Amino acid sequence: MSQLEIKDLHISIGDKPIVKGFTLTIKQGEVHAIMGPNGTGKSTLAKAIAGHPDYTITSGDVVLDGKSVLAMEPDERARAGLFLAFQYPSEIPGVSIANFLRAAVQARMAEGEELDATGYYKRLYAKMDLLKIDRKFTSRSVNEGFSGGEKKRCEILQMAMLEPKVALMDETDSGLDIDALRIVADGVNAQRKTPAAPGILLITHYQRLLDYIVPDFVHVMWDGRIVKSGDKSLALELEAKGYDWVKQEFAAATA
Amino acid sequence: MSSVQVSPPASLIGSFTREAFAAHLERVKHLPAWWLDRKRAAYERFAAAPMPKRTNEGWRFSNLATLTLDGFTLPAAVRFDQLEHRELGVTGAGHLVFANNRLVASQELDPSTTGQGIIFDTLQHALLKHADLVKSHLLAQPSKLGSDKFAALHEAFLEDGAFIYVPQGIAAELPVGVFHYASGAGAAVFPHTLVIAEDNAKVTVADFFRSEKSTEAHFACGGNDLYVGHGAQVSYIAMQDWSRETLSFQFNATVAKRDAKVLALNLHAGARQARHESFSQLSAPGAHSEMLALTVAHGTQEFDQRTLQIHQAPNTSSNLLYKNALLDSAKTIFSGLIVVDPDAQKTDAYQSNRNLMLSDEAEANSLPGLEIQANDVRCTHGATSARIDREQEFYLESRGIRAAQAQELLVFGFFEEVLGKIEHRELHDILTEIIREKFKEN
Repeated sequence: MSQLEIKDLHISIGDKPIVKGFTLTIKQGEVHAIMGPNGTGKSTLAKAIAGHPDYTITSGDVVLDGKSVLAMEPDERARAGLFLAFQYPSEIPGVSIANFLRAAVQARMAEGEELDATGYYKRLYAKMDLLKIDRKFTSRSVNEGFSGGEKKRCEILQMAMLEPKVALMDETDSGLDIDALRIVADGVNAQRKTPAAPGILLITHYQRLLDYIVPDFVHVMWDGRIVKSGDKSLALELEAKGYDWVKQEFAAATA
Repeated sequence: MSSVQVSPPASLIGSFTREAFAAHLERVKHLPAWWLDRKRAAYERFAAAPMPKRTNEGWRFSNLATLTLDGFTLPAAVRFDQLEHRELGVTGAGHLVFANNRLVASQELDPSTTGQGIIFDTLQHALLKHADLVKSHLLAQPSKLGSDKFAALHEAFLEDGAFIYVPQGIAAELPVGVFHYASGAGAAVFPHTLVIAEDNAKVTVADFFRSEKSTEAHFACGGNDLYVGHGAQVSYIAMQDWSRETLSFQFNATVAKRDAKVLALNLHAGARQARHESFSQLSAPGAHSEMLALTVAHGTQEFDQRTLQIHQAPNTSSNLLYKNALLDSAKTIFSGLIVVDPDAQKTDAYQSNRNLMLSDEAEANSLPGLEIQANDVRCTHGATSARIDREQEFYLESRGIRAAQAQELLVFGFFEEVLGKIEHRELHDILTEIIREKFKEN
């Protein structure tokens, strides 16, 4: 069974430390929700693990199935089984969804292996139907002119097509109305039911998402590390007490 | 009779001496006298005109030191089976194949098409059989963009080329393909394609420029004329893929009449140094011209593109979009001018040069320009140079796509705005393939 171990990770942007000793193990099939106020390092964590060049990992390790990913380029990490669902997915004019996803699927094939185009489209259309994405979208440019909900559904579509071992979902709920949220959650839940269910790190600001994607674990992040862990009831407690409670509870301890 | 003329200095004519011209004239002496007279006059203009100077505004940024006319010859004939010819890939489409200025193969049009009066033939045949048409349209526009010397050289040595005539109200369903090959070290070629679409006619022409070997140095001095009659529609797609050692000049002149629609797309992949001049004249109300170009510049290649959009009548529109992708220490120059005549009110003209810089050593120069004499017009122009967007690159790589492939996807994404305007799938694919192969060379 696959697992991602994040070990005492420290991440800086330039000289500024953002993540300060984050430790967590995510096993395949598990959903870990990370909650916390803005500016506490949640998105930094996700992007740095995916290999974004703006972030420097100053110490600690990220280990996927026993192998550190830190020396790998972003594309190698992805092929090793990591997936980042972006909070703000890039718009890429002139590159169609179909070509983009085909390139991503082909990148995972052995040298000389041919893509079965018929099988590829069949699989793509099935996933699109599930996510209620119009099939015409395949010829549209990646994320260009998409609504917030369309962008997020497109992220989940990519995740479904690429079948990662571990998915880092960065504020997938942001900018979604309740209907869009439900569709996105259904898409994620459908993947949780498959034998190849990924481990999921679900970064969110709001408890609302967790009504639809029910987590196995909830972690509260504050000032670059996990300060409290629990089950889904912790999310409800946070919702009731608010992030000010987190600040008061932990500010003293970290000062 | 004049006595033997003194040959002009070698610095002005290089390999294109009076003897070379006389030898060329001997080869085309069966053609009409008016044409031979024009050629003689053109040779004199060529021989008398100075080489471009640093101070010429029309040659700003161009590398003049490498514009030498030495070392070239009028090449011997080659056989079709000596070429690695690749077809147009459109079933039933007519084609003409020229190599070293001579016709070497052809696929005639379907008889049903010729029955409609469409003519697809060589310029030499057209000069003999359709002299009036050729006379009024071949090289009818004066050179205005700086290369009058080389345009005169083209006219003087033009031996053969393609002649495409579509009569009034006729639509040619299939595209026609014209292939121009250069073969042999130092070969000088003078390709030409003349397209005449009469009122309400429609035609698509694909013009290919290729070298038989990628390592030989050639001199290519070509031209094309597009005449687009009232309500006619012409798509002209040129693919310049000369050897990477070639010195290339290409002159395009387009005349669009009332409600005509013309699209000219030039793909520039080949040559060591390539100068392309494109002139679009919107001479009657409602005329529209799309001027498009894609360039993949690598190594130390230089692509020098000069354009002129002249709006002479009200309610005319033009849309120029030149996109360059630059690698290594390649260099591009774009200099464009929109001219709006005083009575060309309601002109809508657009001019844009976009450069994608894939290397810090590459150099893109842009000189957009406007000259507007009417007061009720909309003219926009602009130039941008940008690197690949790092967030887009990271997004693609985060999906497992390797860096080189991600870059290729982004370059094609950048080009798609132009590629997407090609209606014929096969032509779209051919262009895509040339671009892809160019990137593989790197």
